[in-house]
Amino acid sequence: MTIGVLALQGDFREHARMTLALGADVRLIRQPEDLRGVDGLILPGGESTTMGKLMGSFGLDHAIMECFNNGTLAIYGTCAGMILLAREIQDRTDQPRLGLLDVTVRRNAFGRQKESSEEDLAVEGLDPRFHAIFIRAPVIVRTGPEVKVLAAVSEGPVYVQQGRILVSSFHPELGTDTRIHQQFLRLAAQSHTQEV
Amino acid sequence: MAETGTTRVKRGLAEMFKGGVIMDVTTVEQARIAEQAGAVSVMALERIPADIRKEGGVARAADPGLVEQIMEAVSIPVMAKVRIGHIAEARILEYLGVDFIDESEVLTPADVTYHIDKWQFRIPFVCGARDLGEALRRVSEGAAMIRTKGEPGTGDVSEAVTHMRSVMNGIRKVQSLLEDELVVEAKNLGVNVELLREVKTLGHLPVVNFAAGGIATPADAALMMTLGADGVFVGSGIFKSSDPLPRAKAIVAATTYWNDPKVVTEVSKGLKEGMSGIDARTLAELDKMQVRDN
Repeated sequence: MTIGVLALQGDFREHARMTLALGADVRLIRQPEDLRGVDGLILPGGESTTMGKLMGSFGLDHAIMECFNNGTLAIYGTCAGMILLAREIQDRTDQPRLGLLDVTVRRNAFGRQKESSEEDLAVEGLDPRFHAIFIRAPVIVRTGPEVKVLAAVSEGPVYVQQGRILVSSFHPELGTDTRIHQQFLRLAAQSHTQEV
Repeated sequence: MAETGTTRVKRGLAEMFKGGVIMDVTTVEQARIAEQAGAVSVMALERIPADIRKEGGVARAADPGLVEQIMEAVSIPVMAKVRIGHIAEARILEYLGVDFIDESEVLTPADVTYHIDKWQFRIPFVCGARDLGEALRRVSEGAAMIRTKGEPGTGDVSEAVTHMRSVMNGIRKVQSLLEDELVVEAKNLGVNVELLREVKTLGHLPVVNFAAGGIATPADAALMMTLGADGVFVGSGIFKSSDPLPRAKAIVAATTYWNDPKVVTEVSKGLKEGMSGIDARTLAELDKMQVRDN
């Protein structure tokens, strides 16, 4: 199985390292043609405005939407990746995004960097709790009917799934616990063989 | 229970900057242009290094009112500079809630002996370094990110190149050392042996390492990425040029696509005149900002 990691900006190397350690083939994605033959795609943490603009300038936005809509591509977005996948961004209607996930996100929902935090988070299907690192993190403030909430904090959902899309506000790639990445690899494997 | 201000979340924000460009801005308008160009963060300051160099005098932290206006104007993280050792300027920025503090040799040092004890702050710090020893001394004081010093405000990339090569060369050397040699190297560098052992194991600094000081063109940014920088700061290079927005966009693209000469070529075409610049070798020792601390 080949997992692509969008490598325009952000902590793509940490995602690549964790995914590689789990036995997948990993490819860094910088051009539309890099997406050929990829089963899953990770949109890393970073600055969502930067990645959104670069995706648009180099045609990756259309290429990703094409692979998702006309294929079986599974996508996992962390933090900035969650924002890029959201249908709506609160108070930022003009920010470039893919809009594949039927949610509204609020950027920097906890506040600025001094409110960045880490905590043991209860996640559906994971025992013990997952140590989650939130950095200027977004939360979801509206979920569509197809969206399943897998973890939430008092501000709102922070880990959700909609079919072949998985997103988290927090950064599993900055820690050593690989369980979230394992969930994504299973999702990518399933979507490859059957309709999710 | 959520824990804030931890080393992991401080270093983690720097991880999110990687592959990106952090731009110096002195007005709300410039901050908006930087965000529009795709900057991952802006550095709010009163005068850019080229003007500090030209005008002379004592350079201090920016007016908190200006920093606040810039924080309100953009959605990306905002950094601001304090003088080396100026604990009170740093407390002001912490109170304002900026996202990162640069304890910077670009401003006139407030303490000629001691740097700020950065572990005492909830906000992460970035510091300049010319070699591995300097970088690790700053990390042991609590810096969550390192950048080369280069020679700020010159538009001459050569000093940033020297500093990046020196840090990388220092890391390669450490990787080749035996345990007993490591102890002596720690002594020579003036750093903790545990920290040096960590570098040996990781093969890189324990924090993100950006390039700064003299970067003025898309090719300069690509050069620094080629040498192993995690990203770049552009100080005077953008708003001292005659075409800030297209140049800023081009530097952002070249930082992402540094390894793709086709992209770097295309974005470099047709840019208007860059900042005029100063050959860093012609500077008198007293006029150099990089030697203000070690």
